Amino acid sequence: MFTVDDLRLLLRECAGEDEAADLDGQILDTEFEELGYDSLALFNTVSRIERDRAITLPDDVVSEAKTPRRLLDEINAAAGRPA
Amino acid sequence: MTAPVVTGIGVVAPNGVGVADYWAATLRGESGIARITRFDPAGYSAQLAGQVDVDAAAALPSRLLPQTDHMTRLALLAADEALADAGAELGDGFRAGVVTAASGGGFEFGQRELENLWRRGGAYVSAYQSFAWFYPVNTGQISIRHNLRGPGATVVAEQAGGLDALAKARGQLAGGAELMLAGGVDGSLCPWGWLCQISSGRISTASEPGRAYLPFDEDATGFVPGEGGALLALEDAEVARRRGVGDGYGRITGYAATFDPRPGSGREPGLRRAVELALARAGTRPSEVDVVFADASGNPAADRVEAHMLAEAFGPRGVPVAAPKTMTGRLLGGGAALDVAAALLSLRHSVVPPAVHIGRPKYSDEIDLVVGEPRERPLSTALVVARGHGGFNSALVVTK
Repeated sequence: MFTVDDLRLLLRECAGEDEAADLDGQILDTEFEELGYDSLALFNTVSRIERDRAITLPDDVVSEAKTPRRLLDEINAAAGRPA
Repeated sequence: MTAPVVTGIGVVAPNGVGVADYWAATLRGESGIARITRFDPAGYSAQLAGQVDVDAAAALPSRLLPQTDHMTRLALLAADEALADAGAELGDGFRAGVVTAASGGGFEFGQRELENLWRRGGAYVSAYQSFAWFYPVNTGQISIRHNLRGPGATVVAEQAGGLDALAKARGQLAGGAELMLAGGVDGSLCPWGWLCQISSGRISTASEPGRAYLPFDEDATGFVPGEGGALLALEDAEVARRRGVGDGYGRITGYAATFDPRPGSGREPGLRRAVELALARAGTRPSEVDVVFADASGNPAADRVEAHMLAEAFGPRGVPVAAPKTMTGRLLGGGAALDVAAALLSLRHSVVPPAVHIGRPKYSDEIDLVVGEPRERPLSTALVVARGHGGFNSALVVTK
């Protein structure tokens, strides 16, 4: 399982952290934009996740998965299917 | 065109980060030139540089760190300082913009990601490679960070670019902008960037920091590259007056740029014409110039051209000549902007900073190079001269 804590860690590493956002709070249903992450920040993080876990996410995942919960769903679904 | 005023200065230099530290070190004659530590220079013909080793990461939001080259971080520090110094209210940001001078962009970042691509594959390349190594990146990052949503541009003319950026910003002020942040912070101290620079054959191969960059000296053998530069907040004179900051550090009263004739043509280089045009446009007679900040190439042939030109334009030893860049090295797109900052600080504090390490001045009959100790005297007008590799000449006049 890829957890929200795994995501926090990689977001920090791949894109940094917006001082105005509370990344350690309840973020599952907060939109990435509100957390201070633009599409490039997500692109950088998603490509790292794909690489680390040897999975392939849909091309439109960055524009479609607008919250951590939706991104986690995509990641865990992808982990269950053959790459 | 009304002369814009400089209301804020931000400096990152090898001998001092921040205006106060830089200026104090410069008056003390403290050099920032040393053996490179950013990477191992052992295999290269040249091993000295003016490095800026500051913990920029501690001063910037972590969101910016994965997406910035070292030189962009330095530029962001200078922008912070210049805008805080100016203290202007920028409203919605549409009447404020940025012009930076650049050379190659973020070479160190670019090299790292190209290495990732080559060794490990495309999946290992940062998405931020898309802009972090791009030459106008500093203009973009500064405008985003400070919400400067007006005109944005980048000029590329090596050393001359630092002056050209200020001139372009002046044009934007004439066109309706109220504040422009302009100048240059540059640098590419990584193996890739280093190789590009030393292949020019103009870089000093001396190993002793005090013997490597000796412009206008009998022992001149080239120059030492460095990183850093300065950004200036330029404001429309009327806008500045209305908000009570008067002429700030001084006004930019004249500027000109020329291009050298084809090598081998036998025609005179364009440097003299740039200086004469800048003075004419400023309405300043040579006798009214109190100090010249020289390009100070360190290349013997180029030094000779500049020394002769200054002797002809101002008379033999007709004006004090400053070369504080002997303490920083030449900073690509950032060098001339730093010289303008130094010129404005000279006007403000009535003192000409010294050139260091000059033991055997070669042109003593022609130029009055200020060497060793700062020289105190009242100063109202300074001329800054810059030459960029490839034939660029620019000159800019600032007046208190």
